[in-house]
Amino acid sequence: MATTAIDHAPAHTHEHTGLWSWITTVDHKRIGILYGATAFFFFLVGGLEALVIRLQLMGPNKTLVSPDTYNQLFTMHGTTMIFLGVMPLSAMFFNYLIPLQLGARDVAFPRLNAFSYWVFLLGGILINVSWFTGHAPNGGWFGYANLTTKQFSPGPNIDFWTVGLQVLGVASLAAAVNFFVTTVNLRAPGMKMMHMPMFVWMSFITQILLLLSFPIITVALILLMIDRTFGTSFFVPTGGGDPILWQHLFWLFGHPEVYILILPSFGIISEILPVFSRKPLFGYAAMVFSGAFIAFVGFGVWAHHMFATGMGPFADAFFSLATMIIAIPTGVKIFNWIGTIWGGKVDFKTPMLFAIGFIAMFIMGGLSGVMHASPPADLQQTDTYFIVAHFHYVLFGGAIFAISGGAYFWWPKMFGKMLDEGLGKLHFWLMLIAFNLTFFPMHILGLNGMPRRVYTYSAESNFELLNKLETIGALLLGFSFLVFLYNIIKTWRTPQPPVGADPWNAATLEWSIPSPPQHFNYPTLPQVHGRDALWELKARHGGPLPEPQRVAEDAVLMPNPSWKPLVAAIGVTVTLGGFIGGSHLWVHVAGVAILLYGIYAWAFEPAFPEHH
Amino acid sequence: MAHAEAHADEHHYTATGIDNKKLAIWTFIGSECMFFASLIGVYLTYKGRDVSGPKPHAEWLDKAGVLQEQMLEIPLVTFGTALLLFSSFFVVLALNGAQRGNRKQLIGWLVATIFCGVFFVGMQVYEFSHFAHRGMGYTTNLFASTFYTLTGFHGTHVTLGLLWLISVLVVALRGKLPPEKALNLEMAALYWHFVDVVWIVIFPVVYLIR
Amino acid sequence: MATDALHAEHSHPGWQTYLKVAVVLFALTALEVWAYEIVHRHQPAALASLLEPVVVEVLLILSAFKFALVAMFYMHLKMDGKLLTAIFSFSLLLAAVIVVALMVVMHYLWSHAPTVNPLK
Ligand SMILES: [Cu+2]
Repeated sequence: MATTAIDHAPAHTHEHTGLWSWITTVDHKRIGILYGATAFFFFLVGGLEALVIRLQLMGPNKTLVSPDTYNQLFTMHGTTMIFLGVMPLSAMFFNYLIPLQLGARDVAFPRLNAFSYWVFLLGGILINVSWFTGHAPNGGWFGYANLTTKQFSPGPNIDFWTVGLQVLGVASLAAAVNFFVTTVNLRAPGMKMMHMPMFVWMSFITQILLLLSFPIITVALILLMIDRTFGTSFFVPTGGGDPILWQHLFWLFGHPEVYILILPSFGIISEILPVFSRKPLFGYAAMVFSGAFIAFVGFGVWAHHMFATGMGPFADAFFSLATMIIAIPTGVKIFNWIGTIWGGKVDFKTPMLFAIGFIAMFIMGGLSGVMHASPPADLQQTDTYFIVAHFHYVLFGGAIFAISGGAYFWWPKMFGKMLDEGLGKLHFWLMLIAFNLTFFPMHILGLNGMPRRVYTYSAESNFELLNKLETIGALLLGFSFLVFLYNIIKTWRTPQPPVGADPWNAATLEWSIPSPPQHFNYPTLPQVHGRDALWELKARHGGPLPEPQRVAEDAVLMPNPSWKPLVAAIGVTVTLGGFIGGSHLWVHVAGVAILLYGIYAWAFEPAFPEHH
Repeated sequence: MAHAEAHADEHHYTATGIDNKKLAIWTFIGSECMFFASLIGVYLTYKGRDVSGPKPHAEWLDKAGVLQEQMLEIPLVTFGTALLLFSSFFVVLALNGAQRGNRKQLIGWLVATIFCGVFFVGMQVYEFSHFAHRGMGYTTNLFASTFYTLTGFHGTHVTLGLLWLISVLVVALRGKLPPEKALNLEMAALYWHFVDVVWIVIFPVVYLIR
Repeated sequence: MATDALHAEHSHPGWQTYLKVAVVLFALTALEVWAYEIVHRHQPAALASLLEPVVVEVLLILSAFKFALVAMFYMHLKMDGKLLTAIFSFSLLLAAVIVVALMVVMHYLWSHAPTVNPLK
C-alpha cells in the first residue's frame, strides 16, 4: 500500500498512445474503457430504435414505419439493449474494477480479455450490419420458434440474430472464464473471499451464471441455425420436433440472463451507498448469500415465462412457487441497502441520487414482477404492455440507473477528472421524471389490454392519451442522455485541478492509487486484513492518507501488447458469419484459417517482455 | 533489474495456489458440461418421437417397405469406446513423463494417445458414412438429426483435442516441454479426459439404452 | 517451479495405479456391453428376465462409476484442490438436473396438456 517512489530510468520504449496502442492493448483499464465507449454507442443506437417505436405509437393508425420495419425495430431494440448495451456496460465495470478492487495488476489472462472485447465488438457490428441489408432480425428478442424457423422466416433476418448471438456468446464465455479465475486467484495477499468488495462478489456470481447459462443458449441457437440451414426438424412439428422446446432452452438461459443483467448493478449500488452514507454496507454476509441464492434458484424458475403455453398444473405450481421464493433474497437485499442508508450521514451527490433512484425504481419493478409469478395473473398480463413496464423498471430503472450512478462515481478514477455535479443532478432528475413518464403508463395500458409488440392501435381503443405521454417521456429520456453526453464533453474540454486518488473518501482499494491509475495499478501488491480495506487503512493511519506518488512506468514488468487476439476474434466472427443466408463453405474455411493463425501466433508469442 | 525479477515472480502468485491456467481449463470444462447437457437433454427428450424410420434399436420399414435392421452397431462403437478409454490412460502416462522430465515416456505415450484419438475419429467417420449409405441422412428423421448433432459435436471436440495434443507433441519433439512447462500438456490432457468422460455418458445413453 | 514439479511427482499416483484404473475401466465397459447383449438377445433367459427391468439403472450406474474413476484419478481431482472438484461437481449436478428437467417438462406437456397434433 505504501507507495514509495522508486528512482528509475525514465526511458520507456512502449508506445502508449495512438490508435495502434488501443488495438493491441491488453491493459484491463483500457479494455474497460473500450467496452464502455462501444457499449454506450450501441446503447444510443438501441435508444434511437426505441424512439422510432415510440413515435410510431404516438397516435392511432400511424404509419411512420412499415409493419416489417417495426418488427425489426423492436427485435433489434431488445437484442441491442440486452446484449450490446447493458451486458457490455457491466463488462466495462468488470474490466475496470475487478482487478483494481482485488488489488491486482491485471486480469488473469490479459490477451484473452482483449479477445473478448474484439469478439464482442465484431459480433455487435455483425448484428447491426443487417440494417444495411434491409433484413434486420425481426423475430423478437427471444426468437420464438416456429416464428423463426425457415418456413415462416425465409429471409436472412434471423440468421443475423442466431449467428450474432453465438459470436457474442463466445465473447461472454471467454470473459467469464477470465474474471472467474481473476477473482478466485488474483485477490491481494490477505484478501479472503468474504473480504471482497460487494461489487466483486456480485460480478463473481454473474460470471458463474454466464458460464452455466450461455452454453444452453448456444446449443439452442445452433439447433435453430441447423434447422434453418440444413432443414432438420428440431423445432418443426411436422418432423416430430416441438417449438416449445425452443422456449424451454431459451428461458433456461433467459432467466439467469436477467440476473446477469442486474447482479452487477446490485454490486455497483452496494459500493456507492456506503461511501455516501459514511457507513459500511449493512449485512455484508447476508448480501453475499442472498446474491448466491438468487443465482442458484434463478436456474429453477425459467418456465414462469411460459405459463401461457399451457404446461399443466404441476409445472405451473412449481415454477410459480420457485419464482415467489426468489422475491425473499431480493427483499433481503433491498432492506440491506435501506439499512445501509439508515442513520448514515447521507451526502446526496450525483452517484448517491442514482443509487437511491435505483432502489425506488427496482422495488417497483420487483413488485410488478411478483405479480406475474402467479399463473392466473400472468395469463392476463403476459404479452401486454404490463410486462413491458415491468422489465423496463428492472432493466432501465434498475440496471441503467445503477450504471449511470457508477459512471459518475468512478469517472474521476478512470479519467482523473470530476464530471460536473450540477449537470449530473440535472441528468438524474430529468431521467427519473422522464423514465416514469415513459414507463409508468405502460402498466395501465397493459392491464387495459394493449398487446406488446403491436404495430399500431385503433382510435376507439382509448390508448392514445397514455401513449402520447409515453412518447413525450421517451423523448425527454433521450434528452437526459444528451445532458450526460454534454457533461462528458464539457468535462473533457475544461481544465480541472487534479482530483487526487480519493475524492469521495471511499472504502475500496482502487481509491488508494493515483487517478487515473498507472499501467500496473499497484507498484507493490497491497496487504489486506479485512473488508473495506481503504477505510480500515485510513482509520489505522488516523486520517486521510498522503497522496500516492506516481512511480516510473517501467517499475513493474507488464505483459506485451498484442494484435493476435484481434486476429482470432476476426476468425471466430468470419467462421460463424458464414452461416448467414445458408452455409458458405469457403467463408467457414477462411474463418477457420484466420482463427488457427491467430491462436497459434498467440500461443507462441512471449506474453511478457524479455528481462532487460 | 533485481526488482523487475522480483515482480516477475509476483506473476506466478495466486491466492489459492492453483495455477491460473489450470483453474481456467476447469472452469471451461464446467461450462462445457452445460453444453453437452443441453445436447443430451434434447436427444433424450426427442428419443422415440420420430415420425418415421430409421430407428436406433429396432427394426424399421424403409420407404420401399423393406424391413431394415436397427441402425446402431454396438461392436464398432465398443471398439471406439475402448480406444478413447485407453487414450485417456496413455495421456496420463505422457503427462507423468513430462513432469519427471522423461522425454521418451512423454513422447511415446503422447504418440500413442494421438494414435487412439485419430482412430476414434476414423471410427466415427466410418460410422457416419455407413449410416448415410444405409439411408440415414442428417434430416431423415428426428433420431438422425439429434444423433448426428450430439455425436458430431462430441467428435468435433475430439478433433480439437487432437489438434491441441499434436501441437503439444510438436513442442515436445522440439525439446521445449521441460518439467516446469508440463502444465501445458496437463491442460490439453484435462480437456482430453473431459471429452472422454462425455463419451462415457454418451455411450450408454445413446448406444446401449434402448 | 522446480518444487512444483517435485510436488506433482509425489502427490500424483504412479503408473501402477493408472494401469489398475485402466483395467477397471475396461472391465466396466465390458460389463456394460454384456448387459446390453443379455437384454438384446434375451440370452441367457434367466439372467435376461432378471436384468431387463433394471437395465437402464445398471447401465447408468456403471457409466457413473467410469466417469468418477476418470475424474478422480486421470483428472487428478482426488489429489488436486477441493475447489476444482467443487467446480466440476456443481456443473455436473446442474447439468444432470437440466437433462432430467427438459425430459420431465416436455413429456409432462405431451402427456397432459391439450395439444393439437399437426400430423393427425
Ligand atoms: Cu424470468
